[in-house]
Amino acid sequence: MKLTLKIWRQSDAKAKGNIVDYNVTGIEGDMSFLEMLDVLNEQLIAKGDDPVVFDHDCREGICGACSLQINGEPHGPDRLVTTCQLHMRKFKDGDTIYIEPFRAKAFPVVKDLMIDRSAFDRIQHAGGYISVNTSGNTIDANAIPVNKDDADDAFAAATCIGCGACVAACKNASAMLFTSAKVSQYALLPQGQVEATDRVLAMVNQMDDEGFGNCTNTGACEIECPKGISLENIARMNREYLSASLVTK
Amino acid sequence: MSILDSKIPEGPLVDKWTKHKNTINLVNPANKRNIDIIVVGTGLAGGSAAATLAELGYNVKTFCYQDSPRRAHSIAAQGGINAAKNYQGDGDSDYRLFYDTVKGGDYRSREANVYRLAEVSANIIDQCVAQGVPFAREYGGLLDNRSFGGVLVSRTFYAKGQTGQQLLLGAYSAMNRQINRGKIQAFNRHEMLDLVKVDGKARGIIARDLVTGEIERHSAHAVVLASGGYGNVFFLSTNAMGSNVMAAWRAHRRGAFFANPCYTQIHPTCIPVSGEHQSKLTLMSESLRNDGRIWVPKRKEDAVAIREGKLKATELTEEQRDYYLERRYPAFGNLVPRDVASRAAKERCDAGFGVNKTGEAVYLDFAAAIQRYGKEKALTSGIENPTAAQVLQLGEEVIENKYGNLFQMYEKIVDENPYKSPMMIYPAVHYTMGGLWVDYNLQTTIPGCYAAGEANFSDHGANRLGASALMQGLADGYFVLPYTIGDYLSKDIRTGKIPTDTPEFDQAEKETRARIEKLMNGAGTHSVDYYHKKLGKIMWDKCGMSRNEKGLKEAIKEISQLREDFWKNVKVPGTANSLNQELEKAGRVADFLELGELFAKDALDRRESCGGHFREESVELTGEQKGEALRDDENFKYVSAWEYKGEPKDAQLHKEELTFDNIELKTRSYK
Repeated sequence: MKLTLKIWRQSDAKAKGNIVDYNVTGIEGDMSFLEMLDVLNEQLIAKGDDPVVFDHDCREGICGACSLQINGEPHGPDRLVTTCQLHMRKFKDGDTIYIEPFRAKAFPVVKDLMIDRSAFDRIQHAGGYISVNTSGNTIDANAIPVNKDDADDAFAAATCIGCGACVAACKNASAMLFTSAKVSQYALLPQGQVEATDRVLAMVNQMDDEGFGNCTNTGACEIECPKGISLENIARMNREYLSASLVTK
Repeated sequence: MSILDSKIPEGPLVDKWTKHKNTINLVNPANKRNIDIIVVGTGLAGGSAAATLAELGYNVKTFCYQDSPRRAHSIAAQGGINAAKNYQGDGDSDYRLFYDTVKGGDYRSREANVYRLAEVSANIIDQCVAQGVPFAREYGGLLDNRSFGGVLVSRTFYAKGQTGQQLLLGAYSAMNRQINRGKIQAFNRHEMLDLVKVDGKARGIIARDLVTGEIERHSAHAVVLASGGYGNVFFLSTNAMGSNVMAAWRAHRRGAFFANPCYTQIHPTCIPVSGEHQSKLTLMSESLRNDGRIWVPKRKEDAVAIREGKLKATELTEEQRDYYLERRYPAFGNLVPRDVASRAAKERCDAGFGVNKTGEAVYLDFAAAIQRYGKEKALTSGIENPTAAQVLQLGEEVIENKYGNLFQMYEKIVDENPYKSPMMIYPAVHYTMGGLWVDYNLQTTIPGCYAAGEANFSDHGANRLGASALMQGLADGYFVLPYTIGDYLSKDIRTGKIPTDTPEFDQAEKETRARIEKLMNGAGTHSVDYYHKKLGKIMWDKCGMSRNEKGLKEAIKEISQLREDFWKNVKVPGTANSLNQELEKAGRVADFLELGELFAKDALDRRESCGGHFREESVELTGEQKGEALRDDENFKYVSAWEYKGEPKDAQLHKEELTFDNIELKTRSYK
């Protein structure tokens, strides 16, 4: 395959970026999208140019490091996959592909396609935990039975990989899907009840402080989420938030 | 007498850990506030250690190269975590878990360490549930278990195929709580480039801010290395792209002995390499072997026809297939341990029976299981005389429920439907049992420098059992280090803050800068990946699934030449004082080029076959076990601990003799 790539290049956070055109050849359908970029980078290094910077690590769709807005879609055209698991067989010989970073005010560009998602970490710092000491002196794990449906729903919410596709897909750059996934996980489990009120308020406040937008229920986040995190989590977080706001002192 | 003191407490095996905890020194809460600890790596071991130490009151600084601690590669573990809970009432106990782990490790691990691991395993599950980790549950609301890796009990707790992710996010949440309290300072996108010693003790690190390129000095009273394994020395592995040995190797160069570098686990069920462009390999959970049958064609011409695309797997009759594991190991069949299954696949492919275009793949076939489940399901659904199509459909549904996410992942990568034609698999480098030598307290041979999780060598001997890596990482971080490090730090309560404007830090920083400069100033012929791929090929061909004296000697020579070439000719574009991913890779590959040689040297020294280390010269020559691995307890019942002496070829071997007072040494037989 021969491809034309239109890639966002930006030398650092303060610089003004722009799209640069590249041609790559010798691309095979079995390559992942990131392996295609590896090929491009090898070509750039051989020519003495600066390779394109992008985040990636596990390359098996679970660490959440890779991102990329590909032809306007987070993680590209395939469903339920991250960019590292997107394969070039989804493209045709001669295609032109636009590759940009995830765009959001709260995700500033670090360099080229690499973005700063530390805002997500700070939302988790604000309340994404159960305050239990890690000494191991807790009750037996089977002392609190958990209804299987609740446990399964909590698990489904907990599979969020924190990649930020939901934010990039949203016209408001909202982080509601991300935040609600963690709020839901704990709201569904008995262990999470004690701090439920404080948790949802703290996490939502932090989310707002980071400059993420609000949710207007377009549902783009759910469609683009590589892990299929459900919009129901946002509804659950809204309920939690409302009831917390009513009882808070 | 060896200079290695494993500091195993006296007394009966079952009492050692309790007694040890009761007699070691503690640091009072007020003094903990004046003590700093650095933790490098934020996976299961590092994340759990950082959270627990911070909770105890120490000031913790964490370092990870990723943009968030949540991305550490523990996240990719699929299958589960072992714990001797005996919830199933099937006879499990601490002793059985201990026994299985020592036997599975082919009798090359330390009894006392492994027993402690088994002892704290149950606590891990309690802890994680309290933290809100959503383990799989039964309809009654209690925790579910599955069996794993050929042991005789069901002791594996799991969260679908994402157990590592859920446990890591649990540790990350515990870290977040301490970050919010101000007890952990997290340095993300930072890489440790050197360990700083003051008066012989580990007192800090030199780190590079990967965004700005700035070189930083960080001091502490102790340094914990939880930086994972070194499987990426093979270039292709199931490790993350960034996984590296740098932190451990820098400590090794500063005096920490490196133990058993040749013990590598090669996992039998990975998606095969598809071409030269391949950057990493993807594991398919071992659980698939419960239902899949592994085979290659009986006749070589059929294998050739399949490779050329002229014949399909499904066109071969039962008689034309060689279910080689069932043939060779009738007792365990497709469920032989990982090392045995991997070598058997390689043997068939080397003999010319491989089934993909590269000739390096075997089939993992679910057709029989689909039929079996389909018939069962038809019976339980009350369908009399089901049609073949009904059986197929019902059977596929059962398989989808059990392995749906894995089948989907396979289809995304390979572009073939594994319900309709058998999966293709091949072994891949997955885990390294070797690592920094540590004593019972997890302290390396440098006072104040500790190693936890995959970065140390301690618990898995020559082969790790499935679902035990997660257990060890969390045991080290939550339950072992927080006790043992206090004993060491109790002597530091009057030390005060460690200054960084000292000659030791000056010197370490100077050396780090010089090394970076040297990397930046190569003659510029080849990229970093060029060297990494070359190294990987040498390692895979000569230090891979089977090893022999000739190949290992060649490997040592070739790696040393490659290293020399690398330092002269590597091409690193960009600058050192800005974000530079090629420079990061170059530093890591430079260390792999040293470790790789030590790896081969260690494999050469160990003239026996044990666990993941198979020496072609050491096989059973007669009897039922003919051709199988031959362990040599008389001459090699030791841990190899290598001391750095300059070039890897000069490394000095120290032996820690292993003693087995509670377990009788036996041949592992799966016939």
